[in-house]
Amino acid sequence: MFEALTERLGQIFEGLTRRGALTESDVTAALREVRVALLEADVALPVVKKFIDEVHAKAIGTDVIRSVTPGQMVVKVVHDHLVQTLGAEADELRLAGAPPVAILMVGLQGSGKTTTTAKIGFRLKERDRKKVLMASLDTQRPAAQEQLKVLGEQAGVPTLPIIAGEMPVDIARRALTAARLGGYDIVLLDTAGRLHVDEALMAEAAAVADVSQPAETLLVVDALTGQDAVKVAERFTQRLKPTGVVMTRMDGDVRGGAALSMRAVTGCPIKLIGVGEKMDALDQFHPARVASRILGMGDVVSLVEKAAETIDRDEAAKLEARVKSGKFDMNDLAQQFRQMRKMGGMDGLLAYLPGVQKAKAQLAANKIDDRMLARQEAIILSMTKTERKNVKLLNGSRKRRIAAGSGTSVPEVNRLVKQFIQMADVMKKVGRMDPKLLRRHGIPGLIPRA
Amino acid sequence: MSDPRGAGVRPGLLARLKAGLARSASTFSDAIASALGSGRLDQATLDQLEEGLIAADLGVPTAAALIAGLKEERLGKEASADEVRAVLAGRIAARLAPLARPLAPDPARKPHVILVAGVNGTGKTTTIGKLAARFKAEGHRVVLAAADTFRAAAIEQLKVWSDRAGATFVAGAVGGDPAGVAFEALTRAMAEGADILIVDTAGRLQNKAALMEELAKIVRVLKRLEPSAPHDVVLVLDATTGQNAIGQVEVFQSVGAVSGLIMTKLDGTARGGVLVAIAEKFKLPIHAIGVGETIEDLQPFEADSFARALTGV
Repeated sequence: MFEALTERLGQIFEGLTRRGALTESDVTAALREVRVALLEADVALPVVKKFIDEVHAKAIGTDVIRSVTPGQMVVKVVHDHLVQTLGAEADELRLAGAPPVAILMVGLQGSGKTTTTAKIGFRLKERDRKKVLMASLDTQRPAAQEQLKVLGEQAGVPTLPIIAGEMPVDIARRALTAARLGGYDIVLLDTAGRLHVDEALMAEAAAVADVSQPAETLLVVDALTGQDAVKVAERFTQRLKPTGVVMTRMDGDVRGGAALSMRAVTGCPIKLIGVGEKMDALDQFHPARVASRILGMGDVVSLVEKAAETIDRDEAAKLEARVKSGKFDMNDLAQQFRQMRKMGGMDGLLAYLPGVQKAKAQLAANKIDDRMLARQEAIILSMTKTERKNVKLLNGSRKRRIAAGSGTSVPEVNRLVKQFIQMADVMKKVGRMDPKLLRRHGIPGLIPRA
Repeated sequence: MSDPRGAGVRPGLLARLKAGLARSASTFSDAIASALGSGRLDQATLDQLEEGLIAADLGVPTAAALIAGLKEERLGKEASADEVRAVLAGRIAARLAPLARPLAPDPARKPHVILVAGVNGTGKTTTIGKLAARFKAEGHRVVLAAADTFRAAAIEQLKVWSDRAGATFVAGAVGGDPAGVAFEALTRAMAEGADILIVDTAGRLQNKAALMEELAKIVRVLKRLEPSAPHDVVLVLDATTGQNAIGQVEVFQSVGAVSGLIMTKLDGTARGGVLVAIAEKFKLPIHAIGVGETIEDLQPFEADSFARALTGV
């Protein structure tokens, strides 16, 4: 349906990089593609237009013409401008002021305010050693207040006791009083999700802001948001004057288009991003990383972090030892398949890597996909333990049994065995080789060929 | 828990739906009106029309295809703003109309099992509350299963809706096995001779392999008790979501055999145009749309009014 922005820009700029000189019409053509790509990544139309205009003005100029590789120069101009638009520096929460300092959380329904509130509470407690009180002013959604209470218990952050039927402004007042009396540094006020067109609820949030005089009003936005991002940003900015944005669900397979829209329209820094379901899954926003991910340079940093999160360190060390001693067997291969699946399968992994388009085409040509991984794993699991350790045992009748057991065919079993033997050979060499070489060939060198 | 906005004088349903969708439409019709200032359909106008569709989240390929059709037919001809809108609305409605199909539980099944899935925050639990109330009002015996054992207070939230609707409520322990809850709920619904079982699941991003596997397990476990279950697997989409919704449908369909869609949050300014692209690609029935937070705010999906609201006819 739509190609990821990364791939799209990769294609465009590949064309540009190959050429020696760059004309104005080249830039215009490239930027037309950038425009489409940004739209496909859900960057809002007005933001796209402005962005393209600005880049166009920057790109067509002496810089580009005099540079040695004009294509790369355009990439750089687009990248720099993306970083600039996203906000040049990672921005911290402002916590200065006489305690208790209030932080107000606002946003649409389902954007992830309550979860984010608890994560921020946890972060301030753990990282900044602050004494934090959380209060839910959400009297709209059933059990919303209970939700914050439970999350507070999980995070070890106290919540204001719930009084049924109390109005949001009164809850805010009570929270501030309780925080003052209890010697808290920070009060987090979680409000109900509201539509930006819901005048009554917007007025209510404004009243809460009046009462609590928050040091930060954080607009919580779902990273999956489409073109509507602009309207949401405009109305919330007009009515509630947010001081920062939190993008949630950045751990989804999103390109960050909404982040660009939000930043451009609200003018507020993106302070934090939600990257998972766990309490500590809240990160600093790194504009350069997101810009790189958008531009097809691949978000290698995030990939490494993800790998560190999912791969068992001990197992990895064991595997390395086995590879070095030339003992890589079918069990290890099965383990690798499982690991890849855990990290989101082939597509999940590839999404992070540069030059994805080519790799994907290669994989498709070799018919390598997640289903194939699953079938190969099934073949291995249908082998006996001794067979897994020593593939040389596999004769015709054993192969027939394995094929039947795994619901595959003897040719498929043969193919896997052949791949394994090739791989084991490579592994033996790798074990003896200097690690730099492995790095140069990278993951594609380890993927078996059908 | 009280619902302050459910009380008091309410405008008619149709008026409310219209008001909700009209907001969706306004920007787009503005775009078309300004595009057609000259009266003759030219390339610049077509470009602006295409942008209007893109701004409504239809996505670049779908918008381009619609505009290409319009170009072939009308380029250079006199066309009023209303005519162009009507043509576009007609084209969009034609794509959507065959897919407009309300959720219709089969009375022969005791119970008819509906599994509800989606990414986090799309409005699954709220939608289930509304569905339960509707089925109950139609005289069905409804069981709700709280198989979202992950999100804090998700069980309590569904319980409130269940009480409002007067449904039977089945929940497990927080952090327990969702498939276990589904199994228990189906067992109970069968024993009680209930007409409809609706299973609420935890929100999950489609790129989380382990969570998607958990969803597949719920389906497997339901099938163990009743091979034909679940009879409906409803994917709830958020109208504010952009092109990522396409990927959501794709992945959820691959693990849970999605049988139909409900789009929520159409009462804001989001236009939900991605539904047109999704309809094109997956041909999945579209059951209903959500236009507010109260029980009556779940409306059957109507292709005509959706398309007209989208294009501002």
